[in-house]
Amino acid sequence: MSNTESTPGTNSNELGSNRVKRGLAEMLKGGVIMDVVTAEQARIAEDAGAVAVMALERVPADIRSQGGVARMSDPDLIDSIIAEVSIPVMAKARIGHFVEAQVLQALKVDYIDESEVLSPADYVNHIDKWPFTVPFVCGATNLGEALRRINEGAAMIRSKGEAGTGDVSEATKHIRTIKAEIAALSAKSHDELYVAAKDLQAPYELVLEIARTGKLPVVLFTAGGVATPADAALMMQLGADGVFVGSGIFKSGDPAKRAAAIVKATTFFDDPAVIAEASRGLGEAMVGINVADLAAPHRLSERGW
Amino acid sequence: MAGSAAPVVGVLALQGDFREHIAVLHSLGADARPIRRPEELAEVAGLVIPGGESTVMDKLSRAFGLAEPLKAAISSGMPVYGTCAGLIMIADRVLDAIEGQQSLGGLDISVRRNAFGSQLDSFETDLDIPVLGDPPVHAVFIRAPIVEDAGGGVRALASLGDGRIVAVEQGNLLGTSFHPEMTGDTRFHEYFLGRVRSA
Repeated sequence: MSNTESTPGTNSNELGSNRVKRGLAEMLKGGVIMDVVTAEQARIAEDAGAVAVMALERVPADIRSQGGVARMSDPDLIDSIIAEVSIPVMAKARIGHFVEAQVLQALKVDYIDESEVLSPADYVNHIDKWPFTVPFVCGATNLGEALRRINEGAAMIRSKGEAGTGDVSEATKHIRTIKAEIAALSAKSHDELYVAAKDLQAPYELVLEIARTGKLPVVLFTAGGVATPADAALMMQLGADGVFVGSGIFKSGDPAKRAAAIVKATTFFDDPAVIAEASRGLGEAMVGINVADLAAPHRLSERGW
Repeated sequence: MAGSAAPVVGVLALQGDFREHIAVLHSLGADARPIRRPEELAEVAGLVIPGGESTVMDKLSRAFGLAEPLKAAISSGMPVYGTCAGLIMIADRVLDAIEGQQSLGGLDISVRRNAFGSQLDSFETDLDIPVLGDPPVHAVFIRAPIVEDAGGGVRALASLGDGRIVAVEQGNLLGTSFHPEMTGDTRFHEYFLGRVRSA
C-alpha cells in the first residue's frame, strides 16, 4: 500500500518503480527548481544552474494578482519548454485533477506537481498517484499532510510556504514544523506510535518508518516565498534537501543574475561569505506581499487536506 | 582490515546524491568527505562524482575554482569514480550537452546525456558484470547517459542487452551510467576503494 518496492531479480527493464520515481528527486538534491513561463525563461534558468524547471503559464504572484481559475498549462507551452532544456521539466496539475495528470504524463513531463498554487479540482480527494509512471511532488504544511501524500504515491514532498508572496515566513514555519514533528516521532516509544498515527491522520506503517529512520522516505524540498540567496540558504540550513523558487526569480530586476546567485547560495548554504558575495548587485527583489496582510481565503497553503 | 588507515575519499558535493555515496563509503570503512573547495580536494586520495545534474556541477565547479584542480587530480592519476552525471563529468566528449557545457574529461569516451528519453523511460534492470562476479548487479537508470563510443584504452565493464555500454574503466577512472549508491549493493564502491588502496 504505502510501499510498492520493485521486485529485484527480473531481467526485464522495469519502468516507473518506486525507486526510480523517488530516485529522480534524490538527484535534484542540493539544487534549485525554478518556475518558468516561457522557453526563453527556461533557457535562462538552465544557464543559471537550475537543476529542473517548473513549466507554468503564470507564476504564483500573477495568479494571485490576476485571480480567476488557475489550471494546467497549455500543452504547446510545456512542449516548447521540454524542447528548450536538457534538465528535468516539471508541470503542475490541480489538486485531485487526475486527468490533467494523465495529460501531463502523455506530454512526457519528468515530474508532476499536484499543486495548491492552481485552483483545486477536488476538495476531498487528492490524485491517486500510484498508477502513474511519472513521479509526483506534493506540497505539505506539516508531517501528517506529507505522510498522507506519500501514502497516495507522492515521490517527493515540498513544504508549501505561501507561494507568490516573496515572504519566506510560511516556508520557514512549514519546514520547521515538519522537522520538529519528525524529531518528536523519533523520541516516542513504540507503544505511543499508534496514537501518534491517529493524531497525524497518517498510516501507522509510515509513522513507524519515520520513527525508526528519523527522516521522510522521500526527498523534502521547500517552496513558497523564497526570493533571495539568503532565503534559499535559510531553507537549506533548516534541513531542506533543495528549494523551489517561483515568482522570486522572474519577478525580480535581473533574473539571470539572481537565479545564478540563488544556485550558489543553495550549494554553499553554510558559508556566509559565499552567500554575501552572491547577494551583491542583484538589483531589485520581487516586491512581495506580507503573508500577515493576506486575508485567510487568499492563502494558498491552506489548500490541500 | 588490510590497510593500516582508512582510505580518505572525497565525494564531490556541489549538487546531487553525494550523501548516499558518503554513507556507502563510510559503511565500507572509508573516511569519506564532502568536497566543495580546492583545499578539501587536496586532502583526499580518491574521488567520487555523484549523480545529479551535470550542467549544474559543471557551472559550480568552474565558478568556485574547483574545475582546474579536479582536472589536475584526474591527470595526476587519482582514482575517480563517476556515477550518471559523474560519468558525464569525466568523459572527454559530451553529446546533447547544453551550449557552453564543459566536462573535466579523462575518459576517452563519447557520452550521450539523457540517452533513454524522459523520466518516463527511467528504469531498473539486472546487469551481468564479469569484473564483479555473481550475482548480477541490480542497476537503477535515472534519465541516464550512455557510452556511445569508447577509445581503444577503455574497457567496457557492463552493457545492456542491446550492446550499449553502461559501465567503463580506463586507467584511474571508473564510470557507470547507473546508481550503485541507491541499491545497497556495495560491490562497485568496494571495487573503487580497492583502486584507491592500491593507487
